[in-house]
Amino acid sequence: MMALIETNLPALQVVLPLVAAPVCAMLGRGSRSWAFATAVSWLTFLVALSLFAKTFGGTIISYEMGGWAPPIGIEYRVDVLNAFVLMIVSGMAAIVLPYARRSVAAEIPAERQSFFYTAFLLCLTGLLGVTITGDAFNVFVFLEISSLSTYALVASGAWRNKRALTAAYNYLIMGTVGATFFVIGIGMLYMVTGTLNMADLAVRIAAHGDSSTVHMGFVFILIGIGLKLAMFPLHLWLPNAYSFAPSAVTAFLAATATKVAVYVMLRFMFTVFGFDYEFQAATLEMVVLPLAILAMFAASLVAIFQDDLKRMLAYSSVAQIGYILLGLAFLTDTGLTATIIHLFNHAVTKGALFMVAGCYVLMAGTSSISGLRGVGRDMPWTTAAFVVAGFSLIGLPLTVGFISKWYLVQAALELGWWPVALLIMASSLLAIVYVWRVVETAYLQPAPEGVTRKEAPPSMLIPVWILVAMSIWFGINAMTTSAAASRGGNMLIGSSQILWED
Amino acid sequence: MEHHSILRVISKLLIPPIILYALYVQWHGDYGPGGGFQAGVVFAVAFILYSLVYGVDALTRIVSPRLLHAFAGIGVLIYAGTGVVTMLLGDAFLGYNALAHDPVHAQEWGIIVVEFGVGVTVASVMMTIFIAFASHNPPLKDEDW
Repeated sequence: MMALIETNLPALQVVLPLVAAPVCAMLGRGSRSWAFATAVSWLTFLVALSLFAKTFGGTIISYEMGGWAPPIGIEYRVDVLNAFVLMIVSGMAAIVLPYARRSVAAEIPAERQSFFYTAFLLCLTGLLGVTITGDAFNVFVFLEISSLSTYALVASGAWRNKRALTAAYNYLIMGTVGATFFVIGIGMLYMVTGTLNMADLAVRIAAHGDSSTVHMGFVFILIGIGLKLAMFPLHLWLPNAYSFAPSAVTAFLAATATKVAVYVMLRFMFTVFGFDYEFQAATLEMVVLPLAILAMFAASLVAIFQDDLKRMLAYSSVAQIGYILLGLAFLTDTGLTATIIHLFNHAVTKGALFMVAGCYVLMAGTSSISGLRGVGRDMPWTTAAFVVAGFSLIGLPLTVGFISKWYLVQAALELGWWPVALLIMASSLLAIVYVWRVVETAYLQPAPEGVTRKEAPPSMLIPVWILVAMSIWFGINAMTTSAAASRGGNMLIGSSQILWED
Repeated sequence: MEHHSILRVISKLLIPPIILYALYVQWHGDYGPGGGFQAGVVFAVAFILYSLVYGVDALTRIVSPRLLHAFAGIGVLIYAGTGVVTMLLGDAFLGYNALAHDPVHAQEWGIIVVEFGVGVTVASVMMTIFIAFASHNPPLKDEDW
């Protein structure tokens, strides 16, 4: 039995939540489906952990779906990079779901909760599938599974605030445009190469050489994924979707959905198109790099002037995606390491912050910053968690945020791009401003009269503090994460260079 | 729609052949054009036609939305369950070859079972979507025509 499970681990990673989703819908009652979904998410996390342990040393696991060998059949391909992302996604689900019970009970009517958890599991399935598959079209299919369930999840915030419906609709339109661009891009590559397997695509594109069809395919894929990951001018769906979605959904999506899109971007940029593909290097340097820097500043500035805490954090996410893309646009080993490690670090940090916002929504009844005056005295543990995670968002030493910024600045200095390094530090100052605003309101301003706010229940505080503890632990002892990130980066560079040389 | 006797009679005449055709498309799918998706849609069309003529309430009396939700899930479980079974038999996920001694038969059986799951899900989801939209507004009264 163990051997059976072991050989089928890559399939189980996706099949487990996929099979669990319809079962969850049939369970009926909210608490039962919650318990079931939580158990499944932990099993999925265990699968991801064992995949990560297997691939950490550099092994690549290839799994043939239905026994059809690649490049004809669909191949699941696990290496250290996507095992790392799988771990982030399933780990966040495993942490968010225990937290979700109280928060969802307050935000979603009882008879809808089992459907909510079903959509959650489907979203998890989609995100894991996007990450694990080695087939370009399969990426699109799973992207749609995760996106469609995300639209439903965002719309389920409508019981708290009706504007969730328009937010979800906006996201639906933008997300569909993104997915369409992506599939058009894949279509162009298929036209040129006649294959959909990523490894095979890389070889054949290299053999085919440069052509305007490949250029167009590249641009379509870049823009399509750019929409999904909220690359700066394409981020307009994100603030509303994040602020009106139910708190647990926001915490999960902010930590995973954009990260998975970044992973797809990395995979296509480096594995499929090849690291030294000239057109790509020019596009990254002339288009993505300026946009990333613009995002760091513009989104942070907008975040400073938001009154809603969730909205502020959403804009801060857009800025953080700027950092992630910046590392990618450096096109160096250190830059890629910074990008990959920031996927993890930002997931932990932003997950914790959005979960704190969810605690405020539940216990204080509001996520507006001005409504949180003096909340630091009523909800000390929650607010303390916000402060520590906020430090990490700014990038103070001893937190994971510092590690990411360290690698980013190092990557900029390696290239001799002094101004970029200075800009990274300058944009951190903006983060100090918006985090401090909340801290100041929560601790230094008097509580409004006649408001009683109780500390969040342990079922929510414990997951929050697990993430906060992780943001400290991996900030002090970054061996595992940075090793995984640099191996992932090396592999991306290494694999594509080999392909391009022969 | 009590007095639209032509519509009522014609649709009653049409519904059985539509269902029969759906079943034909379903089971024919493994060696000809067809399959679960198309069959599911055609199958659902029979029910949708019924409810267009006799009203959504008449349809929900035959198949309740709860039942449809359950069947939507069951279809997925049939599909994914086939994959799990082949995995337990020692092949890959959805590796049908493990289902019989002869790979040709095994592939055929695997496809039939999987397509049945697709058909069940597609039919119930089509009906669910129709019911969701149709019961959103109060139905038009006969006198308003």
